[in-house]
Amino acid sequence: MSALKIKKGSTKHSAYNLRPNFSDKTETHTLAVIVTNEAGVLARVIGLFSGRGYNIDSLTVAETDHAGHRSRITIVTNGTPQVIEQIKAQLGRIVPVHEVHDLTVEGPSVERELALIKVAGTGDKRVEALRLADIFRASVVDSTLDCFVFEITGTPEKIDAFSDLMRPLGLIEIARTGVAALSRGS
Amino acid sequence: MTRQMTGAKMVVQALKDQGVDVVFGYPGGAVLPIYDEVFQQNDIRHILVRHEQGAVHAAEGYARSTGKPGVVLVTSGPGATNAVTGMTDALLDSIPIVVLTGQVPTFMIGNDAFQEADTVGITRPCTKHNWLVKETDALAAVIHEAFHVATSGRPGPVLIDIPKDVQFANGHYTPPQKVDTSHYQPQVKGDMEEITELVAALEKAKRPVFYTGGGVINSGPAASQLLRELVEATGIPITSTLMGLGAYPASGKNWLGMLGMHGLYEANMAMHGCDLLVNIGARFDDRITGTLDHFSPKSIKAHIDIDPSSINKIVRADIPIVGDIAHVLEDLLKVWKSRGRKVNREGLKNWWAQIADWKTVDCLSYTQTGKTIKPQHALARLEALTKGYDRYITTEVGQHQMWAAQYLGFEDPNRFMTSGGLGTMGYGFPASIGVQMAHRDALVINVAGEASWLMNMQEMGTAVQFRLPVKQFILNNERLGMVRQWQELLHGERYSHSWSEALPDFVKLAEAFGAKGILCTDPADLDDAIIEMINHDGPVIFDCRVEKHENCYPMIPSGAPHNQMLMGEDSAKDAIGTAGAVLV
Repeated sequence: MSALKIKKGSTKHSAYNLRPNFSDKTETHTLAVIVTNEAGVLARVIGLFSGRGYNIDSLTVAETDHAGHRSRITIVTNGTPQVIEQIKAQLGRIVPVHEVHDLTVEGPSVERELALIKVAGTGDKRVEALRLADIFRASVVDSTLDCFVFEITGTPEKIDAFSDLMRPLGLIEIARTGVAALSRGS
Repeated sequence: MTRQMTGAKMVVQALKDQGVDVVFGYPGGAVLPIYDEVFQQNDIRHILVRHEQGAVHAAEGYARSTGKPGVVLVTSGPGATNAVTGMTDALLDSIPIVVLTGQVPTFMIGNDAFQEADTVGITRPCTKHNWLVKETDALAAVIHEAFHVATSGRPGPVLIDIPKDVQFANGHYTPPQKVDTSHYQPQVKGDMEEITELVAALEKAKRPVFYTGGGVINSGPAASQLLRELVEATGIPITSTLMGLGAYPASGKNWLGMLGMHGLYEANMAMHGCDLLVNIGARFDDRITGTLDHFSPKSIKAHIDIDPSSINKIVRADIPIVGDIAHVLEDLLKVWKSRGRKVNREGLKNWWAQIADWKTVDCLSYTQTGKTIKPQHALARLEALTKGYDRYITTEVGQHQMWAAQYLGFEDPNRFMTSGGLGTMGYGFPASIGVQMAHRDALVINVAGEASWLMNMQEMGTAVQFRLPVKQFILNNERLGMVRQWQELLHGERYSHSWSEALPDFVKLAEAFGAKGILCTDPADLDDAIIEMINHDGPVIFDCRVEKHENCYPMIPSGAPHNQMLMGEDSAKDAIGTAGAVLV
């Protein structure tokens, strides 16, 4: 299945890539949506997902080009191929949306997420938590006598794995940023 | 050159620069500065409606009958929320509307001020786009951009929320030619390879059918012309959705009639039996497809639409073409002609023979006997007696709407204004006012049911005040006819709240507003009464008392495919299963 690249103003947009082979299998896709940084634009994107019953697994948004008034919204979503195509097409209809990229199908991409994880414990558990943090290359950003806050960066799966390991060792709280993603190469 | 002026003056100047001649609106505290400017000029006519919903529907009627965007001016809070139904209606039917709302001053936003509502928040899902303008300098550019967005690509409603202090303040006026709209330029040219593939399919198809929709009408008169040329040149049968009626003339020889839930037998059978289905500017709405599992099972499906999200949304397109209908049809005709104007003559001959066979079913036949007027008969007479006129029809929503689509013939686009997607009762009367404003000398008739009509009856005041001779042709069965029909078919004939016990005397009601009322109860009087209505120079309420329990057929019952239509009372018993009953 190929991507539906909606570039407004382009006359070269081919409808060939509107021809997915529909299947019922649910897929997870990472979408990068380039929008005008204006009031309400995030509400438009989120409202589209809630209004049409699409799923959001993770969402991050921040301004990426101050002078150009551009923000980048990275959305991890899941659905059947037909639903994913619909999501992209519907996103493309929003007036302040400039580009919709499906990083999952547009070639290789890198995905990273950052998490802060608070673990409380003493004695062996505290030592074990530190040892595991070292293996996962998580760094200690705050420490008290009975508590650590780890910072870990990586794929969502890596963070899942690390937080699963921390749970029996005294995990108290976790804050995750959601996925940021970029395609590889130029 | 930049010009300084107040925000309120800017609004009026921007509307003038956009060529607006009529605004439908209702004043209130938060738009008083704009109304003050409206008062001090004569280029733009303001039509004072009696309810903001009426203003939006009137603007829709204006837009649909002219192809130009309709403009609405209402106040903050309740003014804006009352406009929501109209905007949703315009969104679902892709009608270009520009709604200007007043807002409390910027420094009071968020404080629950008097008549404050989060207008852009409330209307975000029911507009194509909306803006809250917080600086007077930006106002003119936003208005020009709004007109661009409303009318480009797939048209739709837009809203501009203007706080009162922005209206009072001075700022620079930006003329339309200085506004950059390059970031919103939907694609209009179709992909040539796909168009060529469609031509190849048209050349081979044994049983092709064109299924056209409102997109043809929205694309403009050229699209209808090209469609007619294509249909005549290829000899392929054509059907249309409710929204697309008139793009191909009802008197045309390839016309099958409307398709869908209450469409004609031959049109639905053709959809079911075709081997090539060419969707031109329609969207596979559920009123059209019936059950998707059995929708047009043997056909290759081509879909031409300006909105990429329409394609593959409901039915998978084998040949998807994104583009404006007029542009695509022009290229399609060019390619087809250059390849030698080929069609499968043998196949088409057999196909037409099959269609002729289906036509013998005569699915719209009815018998007018006795002393009660059949609604079908009322419309057939209306059609016969108004045929030669410069005629525009609007409708409300329900049985009468479907009968209007079945029994009235539309020869040209932009002549039939009806609420398709949203099914808004109360649409037709204000829409007829909007149409009459755009076409002062035309015969504008709203085919209505009494229940729908009462939903916006206050607009009678508007019609009388502005001397708009709209004819309200009410098929009065003292029932919510379509609801009653569904209760009969689906809910064991338990008619829960589907009739009105205290209907007004429509003749006296008309007279109370200073208009003319006509009551007709006898089929023998019908023609004279209709002629009296047509000849009266002013608004008329025509109370046509019709058969109370007439059902609308043919009907594809919920959950059934196109080839299993109910043709009349006999076939309707227990026709809808439990799976179909959950569908609307």
